[in-house]
Amino acid sequence: MVDVLLFAELQEATGKDKIAVEAAGMTVAELKKNFVAQYHMENMSNVMVAVNEEYARDDAVINEGDVVAFIPPVSGG
Amino acid sequence: MEKNFWITDQPLDIETVIAKVIRPEAGAVNLFTGTVREFTKGKRTLFLEYQAYKPMAEKKLAEIGREIEAKWGNAKTAIAHRIGRLDISELAVVIAVSTPHRKDAFAASRYAIDRIKEIVPIWKKEHWEDGSQWIGDQKERVSYEERIPTPQEIRGIKR
Repeated sequence: MVDVLLFAELQEATGKDKIAVEAAGMTVAELKKNFVAQYHMENMSNVMVAVNEEYARDDAVINEGDVVAFIPPVSGG
Repeated sequence: MEKNFWITDQPLDIETVIAKVIRPEAGAVNLFTGTVREFTKGKRTLFLEYQAYKPMAEKKLAEIGREIEAKWGNAKTAIAHRIGRLDISELAVVIAVSTPHRKDAFAASRYAIDRIKEIVPIWKKEHWEDGSQWIGDQKERVSYEERIPTPQEIRGIKR
């Protein structure tokens, strides 16, 4: 299983701060697509993805035990 | 606390951040603070709520410190960002940069706050009299696809 961390508006939209998914072998793009379908998200094109605390590209492959995070547009400072 | 880059749910102390960068080689320490603004485009904010992906946010703050060292050479940076509920005028972020001369300290601290708004996973939610919303500065203005990867990010990117 792969933990997917959710923040800000994604956390509120799903009511969860973490979900566990069978995502090993999937690319980042596939994981996002599945998430959009499962949770009826409107648009995830502006959401970045981090794998093990580093930004990952859409074609990066997720491994068993990775920690994935969906990063909506940031607004710190 | 030994580290120079941290996220906390406690009120920020300016002196603590400055103390991290004071050193004999420095002739300038530039301090930037971000505070909670009451009015944004005429709309009144009651308070803000900040959330962070803490371990990654601290890593990205440290990365900004390394970028500053690479760009300006002899520069030492410390950054603290607060999360949780913040009232009007409270400190959300404190940045201190020390350099031998003032010009670099000004430029580097400006660079630090700009980069925070690009790469550090921290979010703010504005609470108003009639509702609330998570704010994304880049939202609908810059697509992330066009932005990734920056040269700084590419080193850490998972292939």
